[in-house]
Amino acid sequence: MQPKLTNPEADRSERVSPVDDDDVITPPGRVRRLLRAQTPAHWAVSAVLVLIGIQMAISVARNSNFQWDVVGDYMFSRPILTGLARTLELTAISAVVGYALGALLAVMNLSGAYLPAAVSRAFVWFFRGTPLLVQLLFWFNLGALYRSISVGVPFGGPTFFSVDSNSVITPFTAAILGLGLNAGAYFSEVVRAGILSIHHGQVEAASALGLSRTQTLRTVIMPQAMRVIIPPGFNEIIGMLKYSSMVSVLAVPELLYTAELIYARTFQTIPMLIVASIWYLILTTILSIVQHYIEKHFGKGFRNPKVSDRAGDRATAYQLEGPPEGERMLGGESGGNR
Amino acid sequence: MTEMVIAKKIRKRFGDTEVLHGLDLTVQAGEVVCLIGPSGSGKSTLLRCINHLERPNGGTVTVNGELVGVVRKKSGLTPMRPAQLSKQRTDIGMVFQSFNLFAHKTALENVALAPRLARRESREEAVRRAEKLLAQVGLAAFHNSYPAEMSGGQQQRVAIARALAMLPKVMLFDEPTSALDPELVGEVLDVIRTLARHGMTMIIATHELSFARDVADRVVFMDAGQIVESGPAREVLAQPREERTRAFLSRIL
Repeated sequence: MQPKLTNPEADRSERVSPVDDDDVITPPGRVRRLLRAQTPAHWAVSAVLVLIGIQMAISVARNSNFQWDVVGDYMFSRPILTGLARTLELTAISAVVGYALGALLAVMNLSGAYLPAAVSRAFVWFFRGTPLLVQLLFWFNLGALYRSISVGVPFGGPTFFSVDSNSVITPFTAAILGLGLNAGAYFSEVVRAGILSIHHGQVEAASALGLSRTQTLRTVIMPQAMRVIIPPGFNEIIGMLKYSSMVSVLAVPELLYTAELIYARTFQTIPMLIVASIWYLILTTILSIVQHYIEKHFGKGFRNPKVSDRAGDRATAYQLEGPPEGERMLGGESGGNR
Repeated sequence: MTEMVIAKKIRKRFGDTEVLHGLDLTVQAGEVVCLIGPSGSGKSTLLRCINHLERPNGGTVTVNGELVGVVRKKSGLTPMRPAQLSKQRTDIGMVFQSFNLFAHKTALENVALAPRLARRESREEAVRRAEKLLAQVGLAAFHNSYPAEMSGGQQQRVAIARALAMLPKVMLFDEPTSALDPELVGEVLDVIRTLARHGMTMIIATHELSFARDVADRVVFMDAGQIVESGPAREVLAQPREERTRAFLSRIL
């Protein structure tokens, strides 16, 4: 039972932020709570917001310049879907390249070994410090810097194979290189933040148990770091999905460039941009949903902080809760027994 | 009796401050030694030097007849390979003040993890032993609880079970009850008492003097990085010979 509060404010606060005894909040319960929390001022603001929303919806729907019929025609047209597939392909490959590279760079940075750490920092410094657009153009024009790309023993040793730059650096590979290396630089900082968030005691406990450094990294550090890595990590993936539109400068026929090609011919600029935007929104929504579930998976064992003292109260209550029935200490007796 | 732990002339510096000034400690197999002394006297650092969580700047540690963390070569002592050190550490159990349970794993997973990875036990074997150990520390009902769902006392008992799962030859306790609410101290000390009864070799840094009197074969009083006095528990605690020990005991009691 909650003790009765004598404070005159008590009734009011009870009404403004009611807290049930059980932790489980069902969706209807959430709505009820939300409605109960409303004050007259809240109602007034809500009413204004709803009115503005309706007004905007009507104006968008009624304005024929949006050409919603054209949007509908092109939404599932073959060129747009092909462009969409290209965008997904670009994002997926650069995300994998970027994530692998980022994890490697982060571990190098935190390895404590001087040279790997310096190389990692230099990489991040360079690829985070120059515009992605410039990097993309550079990769695309690599052939101007190096005629051919060879693999062999350096300093005059034999060459194993050699290829012409222009045949390797297609717009697509340039795009992957640009997006992937750039993402790697950003990802490495995300991964580093995740690793830094792990309490040193976790690593010490693992070492004291005799786990190797690799085992510690794999089973103790990374799974916990993922909890911190996922939200900004998905920020990067979602960002990359949209940055991939920058590849349109290399004439890679991804979603945006395909839309551009169509409106260059038909002059239906606005509806084509809307088609592209809707697809970007759909993709980012799917990614956000995936993020939610992955976060849930890696959140196991952690109580997420709530931005109110109520969370603290609940944690304390939990701590003080006694052991469940049937739990008995071994050697219940205490005192001089040696 | 055989000597389980021999620490010889251990020196440890952090930056310019020397926190251990070349101290010696020998612990017999089956012996329970309590380290007492004011905060900052070097109790934790000594324990951490024994399993080489801190590498001593001088001196050697021998556990069960094996040099810890270093190998003797013609040129002198050189640090051993990390993999070799990891293997040695499986013989030395450690329990921390702040429990340090793996937060993303359940109690059972916490206990079963290291045997599988470092001792190459099968999953079934590791889990079976983990279940037994959790039952021994009175937490049979908590297999699937995460550390955040347990009280401090419960977490510390899981931590003890986790260390025991490696079948260590010696257990190091670094102030195992200092982070606990007073009413939870007893349950953890009871587990340690039971271990003592079963003949486990233990070195325990603690502020619980009455516990030390009960359980310790020997009490070692440390101050300012040195061992000031060492002897049977009742003697050191009841009739200390050294002035510094007396001063400390009168402050804490």
